[in-house]
Amino acid sequence: MDPKFDEATQKELATFLEREQASAKVQSSVHQLTGICWKNPSGCVTGMPGKSFSSGEQSCLANCVDRFLDSSLFLVKQIELKREGGF
Amino acid sequence: MSSFLSSTTGAAPPQDMAARKEAMMNAVRQEMAIQNAQELMNKANERCFAKCVTKPSGSLTSSEETCLSRCLDRYLEAFTMVSKAYTARIGRERDARLASQ
Repeated sequence: MDPKFDEATQKELATFLEREQASAKVQSSVHQLTGICWKNPSGCVTGMPGKSFSSGEQSCLANCVDRFLDSSLFLVKQIELKREGGF
Repeated sequence: MSSFLSSTTGAAPPQDMAARKEAMMNAVRQEMAIQNAQELMNKANERCFAKCVTKPSGSLTSSEETCLSRCLDRYLEAFTMVSKAYTARIGRERDARLASQ
């Protein structure tokens, strides 16, 4: 077996792995969001895919991400309000 | 995690250790890239098949192939656009959080 890493290297590797894990989470969210924004019914790419995106599809895709995240934050707020209201 | 990082006893010479560290980091990076590419291909296949091959016949028709090829290009483009939009949003949220502190 290999001799062990010294403490500084272990720390560096731990930080590296944390960063990689964070970036894997972001990647996985991007896959999920691409699916949500692509698919019908609220998706942006309706009908057969063309040679390029129409300007409508392009702005829809750009807006889709922000609106999905807005919805998510909005729903969290709604739940908090319900809880405060003694629900 | 810690047992994975410190497998056995005894310290390694610094150069050897640096090389092993780099090798480990590169292996992780490569594994991540492969996972990501696989996920992208799986999702693109699923979604483009649904769009382009609505009635599976004896073989893929040329129009289905044209559709699949365009669909893959558009899916990759959409992925890039979503990735940019998401990264930009994360940046904005972080700035807002820092500004409010």
